[in-house]
Amino acid sequence: MREIDADLDTPLLWALREHLDLTGTKYGCGIKACGACTVHIDGQAVRSCLLPLSSITADQEIITIEGLSDSTNHAVQKAWIALDVPQCGYCQSGVIMAVAALLKAHPNPTDQEIDQAITNICRCGTYNRIRAAIKVIAQGGDPKIAGLSIQHADGSIV
Amino acid sequence: MSTQPEIVNPSRRRFLVNAAAGGLTLAFYIPFTNDARAERRNSEVNAWVVVSEDDTVTIRIARSEMGQGTLTGLAQLVAEELECDWSKVITEYPTPGQNLARQRIWGNFSTGGSRGIRESQDYVRRGGAAARLMLMTAASKAWEVPASELAVSKGVITHEQSGRATTFGKVAFAASKLPVPKDIALKDRKDWKVIGKRLARLDTVDKVNGKQRFGVDIKLPGMLNAAIKDCPVFGGKVLSFDDGPIKERKGVRKVVTVGDSAVAVIADTWWQAKTALDAMSIEWDFGAHASASSAAFEKTLDNALFAQDAIIGNKQGNALGRIAASAKQLEAVYSYPHQHHATMEPMNAIARYTPERCEVWTPTQNGEAALAAVAEASGLPASRCEVYKMHLGGGFGRRGAIHDWVRQAVKIAQQLPGVPVKLLWSREEDMLHGRFHPITKCRLTAGLDDKGNLTALHMRIAGQSILAGVAPQNIREGRDPVVFQGLNAGGGEAMIGYSFPHLLIDHAMRNPHVPPGFWRGVNLNQNAIYLECFIDEVAAATGRDPLNLRLGLMEKHPQHRAVLQAVADRVRWTQEAPDVNGMKVFRGLSQTHGFGSYVAACAEVSITEGGDLLIHRIVAAIDCGHAVNPQQIEAQIEGSFAFGLSAALFGECTVKDGQIEQSNFHTYPVLKIHQMPKVESIIMPSGGFWGGVGEPTIAVAAPAVLNAIYAATGIRIRRLPIAGQSLKRI
Repeated sequence: MREIDADLDTPLLWALREHLDLTGTKYGCGIKACGACTVHIDGQAVRSCLLPLSSITADQEIITIEGLSDSTNHAVQKAWIALDVPQCGYCQSGVIMAVAALLKAHPNPTDQEIDQAITNICRCGTYNRIRAAIKVIAQGGDPKIAGLSIQHADGSIV
Repeated sequence: MSTQPEIVNPSRRRFLVNAAAGGLTLAFYIPFTNDARAERRNSEVNAWVVVSEDDTVTIRIARSEMGQGTLTGLAQLVAEELECDWSKVITEYPTPGQNLARQRIWGNFSTGGSRGIRESQDYVRRGGAAARLMLMTAASKAWEVPASELAVSKGVITHEQSGRATTFGKVAFAASKLPVPKDIALKDRKDWKVIGKRLARLDTVDKVNGKQRFGVDIKLPGMLNAAIKDCPVFGGKVLSFDDGPIKERKGVRKVVTVGDSAVAVIADTWWQAKTALDAMSIEWDFGAHASASSAAFEKTLDNALFAQDAIIGNKQGNALGRIAASAKQLEAVYSYPHQHHATMEPMNAIARYTPERCEVWTPTQNGEAALAAVAEASGLPASRCEVYKMHLGGGFGRRGAIHDWVRQAVKIAQQLPGVPVKLLWSREEDMLHGRFHPITKCRLTAGLDDKGNLTALHMRIAGQSILAGVAPQNIREGRDPVVFQGLNAGGGEAMIGYSFPHLLIDHAMRNPHVPPGFWRGVNLNQNAIYLECFIDEVAAATGRDPLNLRLGLMEKHPQHRAVLQAVADRVRWTQEAPDVNGMKVFRGLSQTHGFGSYVAACAEVSITEGGDLLIHRIVAAIDCGHAVNPQQIEAQIEGSFAFGLSAALFGECTVKDGQIEQSNFHTYPVLKIHQMPKVESIIMPSGGFWGGVGEPTIAVAAPAVLNAIYAATGIRIRRLPIAGQSLKRI
């Protein structure tokens, strides 16, 4: 347990960033428009920038990007690394959390389901690789099916 | 003051966060402590290469990484000549202060204009080669054999005759004591092993687990946080403010004016500062531009389309005379609005000021310009200032030429000497105080002979100059040469790809009060729309095929022509596009040259019965001379289309009562995944030159789509953005 001292109207985003030093979750717009602040609350993707602490109950489980996996080995993270999805990377915590929640609910999402669930903004424009990486995971996790032929430091080409 | 224990208000309930069971993992990265590298012995072989005892190779990168992959690409260039083990390469930024102290040994830090690789490729490769020679010389001295008998591969130096081998890590200290060789031969292109490979980026892992620290994530001991409001009308000032209602708020430390135009609240947390600032009333003097509007400025531009005071950018023959005398004339007016960079990470900087020294931590595209801004704002000499470049959450030109947020951060920190203060702009503040894509219009007039041949073209550009706003000292005799990007007769940077018998391209400069900035793609964006859409209009008016008309004008421009032809071949231009989901598909073409690279695109679109635009696919080609990392060039092309289509579909900032009307992503929408077409890239490096890849393809996005819309509907969109205009077939 960690105890923090924050006003109850503080949005979860700012409690995470400023009181718990969990800065992986990002501030992008403050109006739930961009998704950079997406976390999981009880497994659901939730935008945290307008969510006051008062609305969260003690039995809820909050997972941020830092807690998604022990060693950056969640299926989404692995696919993101294999396909070099991020550019600047600022939006990617939120995108990854949104995608992880989508894949839990729909392990093999259609393009329409991806379009509806992943409404995060990425100004670098990584959308094609985001979609390719989702399909890699949905189809069993072999990044080779994306056909990008990226040469990794361990010598593998995927 | 910030180290005082927090006084807990007993009336407030404490909030508990469950940190167990993989919830809020608290293993976060703490800045500036326990850096593992500090425990190894590192030897700076030369300015570009540091080798550790464990064979880790640190390659120094002068340019800023903001997503474009320059960190990896520049490291590849050094590693190519160094012959190190790529799997042991890491990177670091030298600071602007170090560059100043060492007579700019790392050259230019400026990261813009797609220049990172193309401008520094020669000297960074020489840096890698020099380090390799020094490491080999150190081994030859230790073994007392001629260096010419040694071989090197993947960081291992071998002497075949004696069967000896050593590693870079073992000889690096001795190498670091040797003189840096001057006369260095670089590898021939055919021998490249690292350049040209589809290598994974060096900076991906920390971007998927939350560990990548952006400027906004840095926390220094004792740091306070500031939120700011600058006068919403450019050029206005603070008249007065009432901080009475917020002074006693928890966490609030100080309310300050910043220059004469802004008010900032400094508090323990940014959320406290921001909410306190929002609760304060501020009276503004909106100044001379209080009644400025987009509508009024548009009239100024309309007049400038016919004004006599234009500067000539490109002239062949007598275009005006030939147009007047031609059998048929064709004319169209296009317009391109102000747009915002909208980086995902709003502007931010941490400043710590004492009368002796001022330090700033900030995401910047130009560390040296940031250092100059710190020196100027603090009043200290640059030698007593330092800038630590933080990772950027997007740049797109906003974080390069003008460091307004850095100046503000310094001015705030000066009012709390010794205390580091982090200034973060709210998204709303960021939207209001952008450095906007310049606003222009263009009147194009073509003279056609009686057979429909295009014999003369006049392009009158009217509107804003970026240089006039950013670097007015570079405006000579009223000329901003950057205005003619993509339309120049020569120069290798941004050349027109057509030969017209008679041509006149001129610019009547008109600058609104909205400050301009370099915006990813710069002036190539609208110039490509103007020319490429108008060429399409000429094709339609004369019954020519848009590809054939272009190719006919491109005979003297084989490199422009090659990329366009490659795109046409890939889409099978001469055949009808296959239907998608039962919908007919229409195509549009465009090509241009900018940032040293030749680019072309074909967009494939459908328009629904209801007039909705569906962009199915864009095929793009680029000849960037040398392709350092093709998979990252593909990523840049895809990103360019997302950026260019955001602009084409939605991008517009408007002015009312002197201020920008758009405040956040709900009023300034950008492209999302459901609007992103499939992008196919054709990378066709022809060698012989180095072209940029981060920007040029942005410019072909909009005209390709606009031309496809025309093919589908007969509607010619001449006013950007597309949003709000009917696309129902006519």
